[in-house]
Amino acid sequence: MTTPPPIPSSEITPPELYFNRRSLLRAGIVAATTASTAGLYRALNRPGAEEVKTPELVGLVKDRGDSTDPVEQANPEGAADPVEAAPAEPVDNGFHTDETLTSLRSVTNYNNFYEFTTSKERVALVSRNFVSRPWTVAVEGLVHKPKVFDLDEILKLSAPEERVYRMRCVEGWSMVIPWAGFSLSKLLDAVEPMGSAKYVAFETLFDPKRMPGQNYPALDWPYVEGLRLDEALHPLTMLATGLYGRELPAPNGAPLRLVVPWKYGFKGIKSIVKISLTENQPPTSWNVTAPGEYGFYSNVNPDVAHPRWSQATEQRIGESGRRKTLMFNGYGEQVAQLYTGMDLRRNF
Amino acid sequence: MTHQNLQFAKFVALLNCAVPGLLLGLDALRGDLGANPVNFAIRTTGMLSLICLVLSLAVTPAARVSGWSQITHFRRMLGVYAFLYAAVHFGIFFGFDRAGSVSSTLSEMSLRPYLAVGAASLLMMAPLAATSTNGMIKRVGGKRWKLLHRLAYPAGLAAVTHYFLLVKSDTRLPMAFGATLVVLLGYRVFALRRKRSVDLNQRGPRIGENNVVQAEPLP
Ligand code: HEM
Repeated sequence: MTTPPPIPSSEITPPELYFNRRSLLRAGIVAATTASTAGLYRALNRPGAEEVKTPELVGLVKDRGDSTDPVEQANPEGAADPVEAAPAEPVDNGFHTDETLTSLRSVTNYNNFYEFTTSKERVALVSRNFVSRPWTVAVEGLVHKPKVFDLDEILKLSAPEERVYRMRCVEGWSMVIPWAGFSLSKLLDAVEPMGSAKYVAFETLFDPKRMPGQNYPALDWPYVEGLRLDEALHPLTMLATGLYGRELPAPNGAPLRLVVPWKYGFKGIKSIVKISLTENQPPTSWNVTAPGEYGFYSNVNPDVAHPRWSQATEQRIGESGRRKTLMFNGYGEQVAQLYTGMDLRRNF
Repeated sequence: MTHQNLQFAKFVALLNCAVPGLLLGLDALRGDLGANPVNFAIRTTGMLSLICLVLSLAVTPAARVSGWSQITHFRRMLGVYAFLYAAVHFGIFFGFDRAGSVSSTLSEMSLRPYLAVGAASLLMMAPLAATSTNGMIKRVGGKRWKLLHRLAYPAGLAAVTHYFLLVKSDTRLPMAFGATLVVLLGYRVFALRRKRSVDLNQRGPRIGENNVVQAEPLP
């Protein structure tokens, strides 16, 4: 071993400088590591904050529609200011609520849409470039006039109506959303269901290139949902083509989705490509995944807990504290009669 | 590493473990936690706690495998952070999600298996955090302290079970944490059994066997 040559004293750093350099170095290490940790945290754990802006819908009907009288509904022009001139006892069809709307930002940045990602905060980001045109919807099965509709044909079935519904997610949170669209019955009427049809089955687009979440089997793709025919024909059951007066954003199920306000949100199947009328109860995705946790009906019911969490209360997005969950999400007056005589604990 | 450098490295680690928590607090003050702030804060702190816990359990095997025994100086700090984040996690659940209602917190925790195992995990971490000072190590005594701190493993397994039970269908992350824990635990069990058989045979360590001197008692 050779001993290194002695360092000439001119090259030895004087102690003041050495300590100065060392504290500088240390400050540098502190700054660099904390900045990296902060960057990592921000990259991995950011709340959803995409600016989602779709084109405005044309011809949106904003009538409050506090009446089941079809003539009056078809004639919104004739009515005076609906708030001031409200009839003494309006028939509440459930189409509107006065509750505070959930912000567009929250509505578009907090979504369960596993076709894109299982992270609610990231659906908007991942679905940013999703193109939903051209789009067709096949309506088939037990109908007299099966047809593959082009999206524009569906949009022409009826002018989009604004309906403000509560949306209750099975995870225990809720929103108030101004949807645009029309009752599903209008589409079903157009294909003339046969007498033997008892159920309606729905299917989401399956295209892993456009919906990257489908590359992982979080659910048995494609997503399928179903309703009993009488549920599907109920006026509250809606085919939504927009929200906040704009075309339906990708995270919310562009270009066309189902909204069933008295059921948990996952019943509201998104990006629909197929609707078929069937005689037997169709399979539904979450029920297939966990039959003990998600039933076919999945009506909002504060008395029937999910096996892993309570359904008695909900976090209304934008509010602090939790509020009590209402039976049928507050739509009992309109829909309870669909279930008379049924044990809703067994048929959860 | 000199003592001074080690102290500095510990300080850097201490600071960096706090950074995510500080950012979370800052974002909370700015109202920047997204659509569901309470749930966001609960999930963030839960995740931070689990990461710290797994890292703390990875220290000893990492030190043995790499031979870099000085990293064991960071083990206790990681463990204490795991507890702190879990305590904040529970605090947010109790204070905000349950609006400070003791009865609703207790009833939820007893009705929901995922909350019950989460609570078990937190309860197991509490005595470990409480005995994490040098004074307490002396008072409890090295051997007993070591035994007590093995609780970190069941605490980790309970936390992963808590996580696994609460996800709806995408189990990739909880499974990854679970697999990591199993590997770490497996390594320790394997190393312990080998050591025992070596002791029984009254032999010294075999050539190539790692016998890193522990800087601190093992958990
Ligand atoms: C009494 C104790 C605990 C309670 C009441 C509790 C409660 C919760 C709640 C309410 C959630 C959110 C569930 C959801 O969003 O659906 C959650 C998530 C979580 N908790 Fe806990 N927890 C406890 C203990 C722990 C402990 C000790 C750890 C870790 C060491 C932990 C780790 C996690 C993780 C990793 C998540 C999921 C984070 C994510 O989804 O990204 N929890 N916990």
